[in-house]
Amino acid sequence: MLSYTQSASAEGSRGLFHPQSFTLPNGMRVVLIENHRAPIVTHMMWYRVGSADDPVGQSGIAHFFEHLMFKGTAKIPAGEISRIIARNGGDDNAFTSYDYTAYYTSIAVDRLPLIMELEADRMENLALVDEVLFTERDVILEERKQVVDSQPMHRLQEQMMTALLPHLPYGTPIIGWADEISKLDKIAADYFYAHWYAPNNAILVVSGAVTMDELRPLAEKYYGPLKPKPMLPRLRPKSDHLPAPQRITLSDPAVQLPVLNLAYVAPSYGSASDGRVPYALEVMNEIMSEGATSRLYKSLVMEQKVASSVGLYYNATALADNALMVYAAPVPDVSVDELEKALHVEIRRAVLGGFTEDEIGGAKKRMIAEATYARDSVKHPAYLFGMALTTGQDLQDIEEWPERIAAVGAAEVNAAARLVFNTENFITAILLPGENN
Amino acid sequence: MTHNLPITIVTSPGGITAWLVEDRMVPVISLQFAFRGGSALDPADKAGLANLVASTLDEGAGNLPSLEFHRALEDQSIYLSFSAKRDDFHGGVKTLRDNAGEAWRLLTLALTQPRFDDEEVARVKEQLISDIQHHYADPSWVAQRTLNKMVYAGHPYQQPTSGFEETVARLTADDLRVWVSERMARDNLVVGVCGDISATDLAPLLDQIFGTLPVQSKTFELSQVTLAATGKNFTVTRGIPQTRVVMAQPGIPRTDPDWFAAMVMNYVLGGGGFNSRLMMEVREKRGLTYGVSSQLSHNKYANIMTVGAATSNENAAEAIRIIKSEWQTMANDGVSAEELKNAQTYLTGSLPLALTSTDKIADFILHLQVEHLGIDYPARRLERLGAVTRADVARAAKRLLNPEALTLVAVGQPQNLMDSIAAPDPAQGSHHA
Repeated sequence: MLSYTQSASAEGSRGLFHPQSFTLPNGMRVVLIENHRAPIVTHMMWYRVGSADDPVGQSGIAHFFEHLMFKGTAKIPAGEISRIIARNGGDDNAFTSYDYTAYYTSIAVDRLPLIMELEADRMENLALVDEVLFTERDVILEERKQVVDSQPMHRLQEQMMTALLPHLPYGTPIIGWADEISKLDKIAADYFYAHWYAPNNAILVVSGAVTMDELRPLAEKYYGPLKPKPMLPRLRPKSDHLPAPQRITLSDPAVQLPVLNLAYVAPSYGSASDGRVPYALEVMNEIMSEGATSRLYKSLVMEQKVASSVGLYYNATALADNALMVYAAPVPDVSVDELEKALHVEIRRAVLGGFTEDEIGGAKKRMIAEATYARDSVKHPAYLFGMALTTGQDLQDIEEWPERIAAVGAAEVNAAARLVFNTENFITAILLPGENN
Repeated sequence: MTHNLPITIVTSPGGITAWLVEDRMVPVISLQFAFRGGSALDPADKAGLANLVASTLDEGAGNLPSLEFHRALEDQSIYLSFSAKRDDFHGGVKTLRDNAGEAWRLLTLALTQPRFDDEEVARVKEQLISDIQHHYADPSWVAQRTLNKMVYAGHPYQQPTSGFEETVARLTADDLRVWVSERMARDNLVVGVCGDISATDLAPLLDQIFGTLPVQSKTFELSQVTLAATGKNFTVTRGIPQTRVVMAQPGIPRTDPDWFAAMVMNYVLGGGGFNSRLMMEVREKRGLTYGVSSQLSHNKYANIMTVGAATSNENAAEAIRIIKSEWQTMANDGVSAEELKNAQTYLTGSLPLALTSTDKIADFILHLQVEHLGIDYPARRLERLGAVTRADVARAAKRLLNPEALTLVAVGQPQNLMDSIAAPDPAQGSHHA
């Protein structure tokens, strides 16, 4: 009954992590990355649902629901799951992103059956009560105040994303808008649970000191009996080009020095019509912003001395078009205008002049070396596979990443730079010192 | 490789010692080291000196100016880093085995022939001053800095490791050179190595990297801290919807016979993440915060116990009341048998979770040396934690915890906070030199 498929890359010497994988009859994918350095495992249950799947008017429900998964079942009282894990020497937590939600435990390998029993139980038997749910909603409103409302930079970035991706789900903050969070209730939570939490929408990633011969019977025993359910479609509308540039400024008395952000729309692994473009953008990111010798740092920080920090942020692992952000902070005596001009000179240089073979060769070499460092961890590979499998990729996309990076050519990097940067229509978001009240 | 890490003590022909965990899981080597004596030794008018050294040691060395030095590192994917802590100065290099020769060469250059070119020093100073000014926007950073100023008044610990804008501004390349000549020596050096390297290969390397350093560092004396301002409340007013609260009271030395009992007590009270009493009372039952936690810290010259939380302005007084009440309850009654057992199984069982990468293992065995914990510490820690009784915890709690002694700093617009003294916002007046 089991469709056991060992990934092709596990056979040869190529590949990075040599994952093993099979799928349970109820649709749940199981992935194992063996690592026998210490007698521990990281057990991660990933769901193909994130804040981008929040229904209109219920922003924040995916993240709220992640908190509620700790709030008890018929067998396990609210909050008890973390206590059980801790008294077995384990650490657990969870996180929600735009496209995925994951629950993870790191623990001694002999406790794996216990973790699977608990995780399977809450996938099917969550029992929410109003009192607990409303208290947790207050916790999330405090979380929003702490991580967004009290941090001027995060308030600005939230507004920037909304401006950049107005009709795309990534334009809505993962944590949700306060007004909508404060109206979330048990009806919304139960509906969300019924339509997103099931074995056919879940991926188990285990990394650590266990073999597939040991893991498979455990997965069959604990996760095999769970019933699949019909899931909702994941809607990720294609982004239209921004019709016009937009400039946002936020002044705050706590701010001493300005920060400049530019945001552009960029394709992801999940959205790119040409699948090679995200790899080219990753190479461009490396050349532009990784390390002291990167173009932006070398030019703006070391040579012109107009910025104290500068960087570019691009995450290719997403289902839909995503933001590519460039940020820079001026040194104390330099104005935002001056910094902004210098930054655009570098961006124009990338668009008009492209990149040299030397730059591209060096970047690729560093990125491929980075893949070796990635193996020096128990948790990190579990994250990579979980993110990939919840955003439309498969095992070989991770295993072959070094070869795909190696295959990126100069023409591709130059074309990718033009694709993203050759537009007047981007968002400029500036954080400014404000008046004291 | 958990409670009995296979540590080998390696001594070089020249007499330099390192602790090594040889591990060939991946072709990576991490070499971490520390020089005793950190930012607490910065003179008051040169606060931030050790931190500036840490930020400029990789800005060119030998015949390689800054950009070329960085390029040499990046070409071979070598991660070289330095950081100043209060009591120690840390450095480390992580490299792929195949590039190790170049990694050792560049590290040796940085330690023995740093350039400190005026142009680069001036640039890095500007960057560090910018960093300080960016921190002012973070209520949590402001709260911690204000607390340090209050409780460590009169002691160098009151100075942030980053220094102040005006003290960083006056540092010179000569200051850096003097610091390096006085503070980086063989008698105050400890080294931890993990990864794809044998003891035989490591021994001569230690001489290559550290062998030309001076034999002796400059001696220093610092006094033990007596925590100041105990029991007072300070408020830094900011127009934000939440109040960031930090509180501190005297702690306990790591060498104290009650240390392990205190560790258990802190875990149950506020150190145990979702499972602590503070999380249960303030977050789980009442929804007043996203997070509350307590810590037992042991710097070399101060032992302190702290607790922090963020909560809506209108709830700040209530959250503080609950924290102090839990503080008192623990002082009165200690922990239950079940709480004791749960703390013991977590604190002993979770240690291996932290030792899962080359870097983390190297850091850990460096830490054992920096703190004088001994090569048998993992096993001893297991045994000592296991031996803690309820009576031990009750004694430690009664001795240690005193809600009246908590010095409090609140950043925000806390309502109904009694007896609070207005404290200056470090962001205001930050431009006065």
